[in-house]
Amino acid sequence: MKIVIGKGSCGIAAGALKIESELRTLLADNACEIGIAGCIGMCFLEPIVDIYAHGVLLRRLVRVSQSDCKTIAEAVKTENLSLVDDLTVSDEDNTFLAKQTRIALRNCGLIDPENIDAYIEADGYKALGKALAMSPEDVIEEIKVSGLAGRGGAGFPTWFKWNAARQSEGEEKYLICNADEGDPGAFMDRAVIESDPHALLEGMLIAAYAIGAKEAFVYVRAEYPLAIVRLQKAIEDATAKGYLGENILGSGFSCHVRIKAGAGAFVCGEETALIESLEGKRGMPRLKPPFPAQKGYEDKPSNINNVETFANVAWIINHGGAAFAAMGTENSKGTKVFALTGKIKRGGLVEIPMGLTLREVIYDIGGGIRDDKKFKAVQLGGPSGGCIPEELLDTIIDYKALSATGAIMGSGGMVVMDENTCMVNMARFFLDFTTKESCGKCVHCRIGTRRMFEILTRITNGEGQTGDIELLEELCEGIRGGALCGLGQTAPNPVLTTIRYFRDEYEAHINEKRCPADECAALRSFAINKEKCIGCGLCAKKCPVAAITGERKQPHTIDPEKCIKCGVCFTVCPVKAVTKNGGEANG
Amino acid sequence: MAEKKSLITILQEKQEELGYLSTDTLYKIAEETGNAPARVLGVATFYTQFRLQPVGKYLIMLCKGTACHVNGADGIEKAICEELGIADGGTTEDGLFSLKTVACLGCCSLSPAMMINDDTYGSLTPAKAVEILREIRKGEQQ
Repeated sequence: MKIVIGKGSCGIAAGALKIESELRTLLADNACEIGIAGCIGMCFLEPIVDIYAHGVLLRRLVRVSQSDCKTIAEAVKTENLSLVDDLTVSDEDNTFLAKQTRIALRNCGLIDPENIDAYIEADGYKALGKALAMSPEDVIEEIKVSGLAGRGGAGFPTWFKWNAARQSEGEEKYLICNADEGDPGAFMDRAVIESDPHALLEGMLIAAYAIGAKEAFVYVRAEYPLAIVRLQKAIEDATAKGYLGENILGSGFSCHVRIKAGAGAFVCGEETALIESLEGKRGMPRLKPPFPAQKGYEDKPSNINNVETFANVAWIINHGGAAFAAMGTENSKGTKVFALTGKIKRGGLVEIPMGLTLREVIYDIGGGIRDDKKFKAVQLGGPSGGCIPEELLDTIIDYKALSATGAIMGSGGMVVMDENTCMVNMARFFLDFTTKESCGKCVHCRIGTRRMFEILTRITNGEGQTGDIELLEELCEGIRGGALCGLGQTAPNPVLTTIRYFRDEYEAHINEKRCPADECAALRSFAINKEKCIGCGLCAKKCPVAAITGERKQPHTIDPEKCIKCGVCFTVCPVKAVTKNGGEANG
Repeated sequence: MAEKKSLITILQEKQEELGYLSTDTLYKIAEETGNAPARVLGVATFYTQFRLQPVGKYLIMLCKGTACHVNGADGIEKAICEELGIADGGTTEDGLFSLKTVACLGCCSLSPAMMINDDTYGSLTPAKAVEILREIRKGEQQ
């Protein structure tokens, strides 16, 4: 038997390291092999331990704790797997994987990301050999047939960019992988690099061959230390095996890949800003044209694609562009990875064929809303995207269809919100983000986002004024038209979509000084009913900021200055003496 | 292969070595690389990774990504600030804790989440966050 422990960042954060060392200790004298894998995407079930025999998955054990390790070891030693019945993933949770089609994530969670042989066994580097035997033009043609489009957000046809870089004059060309995954709520790039780094490298090598680049960079966020470590090892191992470096597989084609750690700036996800940053400068976008395909890194022709885009390439070369194009819709081919998070029952990474509806992803795969609350909206595309309401849940996942809602496909962040999420505060949250991340080059973006943030803050503080909605809309127009890069041009989207679909919430804040979702703290208040309070002190004990005082067995009081309005007192009071918003107690 | 180090790489290495980038360090880098000090400072202040002040023994990175926001990161921040008496970006007087909010740690399924040095804590509540800090402080006092 073989035990495989899921060791992506999520798994590690949930305690996978302790489980690994415990199992290694307990099974030290057993013939059972212990291995690791990346992330299967079922983040809601971490830590995950798989038990295999002869390459077949016998059991997937979920939410494993350190104290479960003894039972697992016993089950493996005695080959009596019924001992771990209680830990085995339920059929219901397993439906998370049922509707998925995995191409970019094909090996994630299944193979050891630190072992190149595991990748080779899974048909790894076969596509590279095949591509090197083709002409670069034929490789580009295959990608064209596949219909693969940039998975970083913009959805630009990949073949077109490759071809432009190929056609550009010059001996020295660069290939760049954008792994600066800055979109809050998206983590598929991290998962791919941590779980299947060779899939990225193979895709990059094929692209480098197609455009004629001998140098390649992976620009990866410094916040992803594990991804950097695994990618570095993958580069070294691939070089040692002759898949990377000089005269790859005897083809005469040479290419070197280097990692560049980003230093934290969302705008560097924009390709020209990324190039500036690679050159060691402030990451401020350049005017286009010239496009990177003509003048990119060090003014040489360069091509930039996202991690997920590259992760699809080897599969396409192996199976043919037509097989990829057979999945999806008229104008969106293949699959897309989404990071499903927020108030969802089953959160994690999902890869689905284009064309499924949002409802299918959220309900069939994600299991619907946590705690049986009511769905309110799903946010797609992060700070550049928008919030989609319930009535549009049957929208299909397709670049055009999603854009029509005012949101975008984006890099694949899918954050689900329930009735307790305030949409005005959500818009404010994104503007807070874009204000901080605006590089400052364009006035409309630098000052416009700041003004919008101030207005939204005012509204959520209960100081909204008549005309604020119109003022926001006017600012949105200005920023959209006046910003140079995608960050600024799309910054208004979260505001515009929330106004479009949740205007009543804006109006409630402005006109009635009321937050319908009961989230905006300034519009919330808690008080203790002196008549009912028995002075048990439970609320004072639970209050995280010591805002509640009172003598034992005497009525307590809340200091409104100190109170952070978290509502713990409201929830814990055994006699329902704490009231909210001057109204009813917790009933 | 010989490689000319970019200014960002140099700053990253210096910070790794010294913990933060002091004004003196920035001037020195400017001199050594032949850059104007303004350019070096410009790059150092552009990226969130660079710190121009020393940080506490425990650096709290509180995630304020979308998933964490939806699951209540604002309340966690307030509770931490109240407990430590510092604001975002600040360091406690005893030099034990620094608080820094970050855009996304990529642990969205554990939201709301924070990292203290290399350890990740997930599924936080304001009370749980405060308890974690008190535990650390208690451990330090012993």
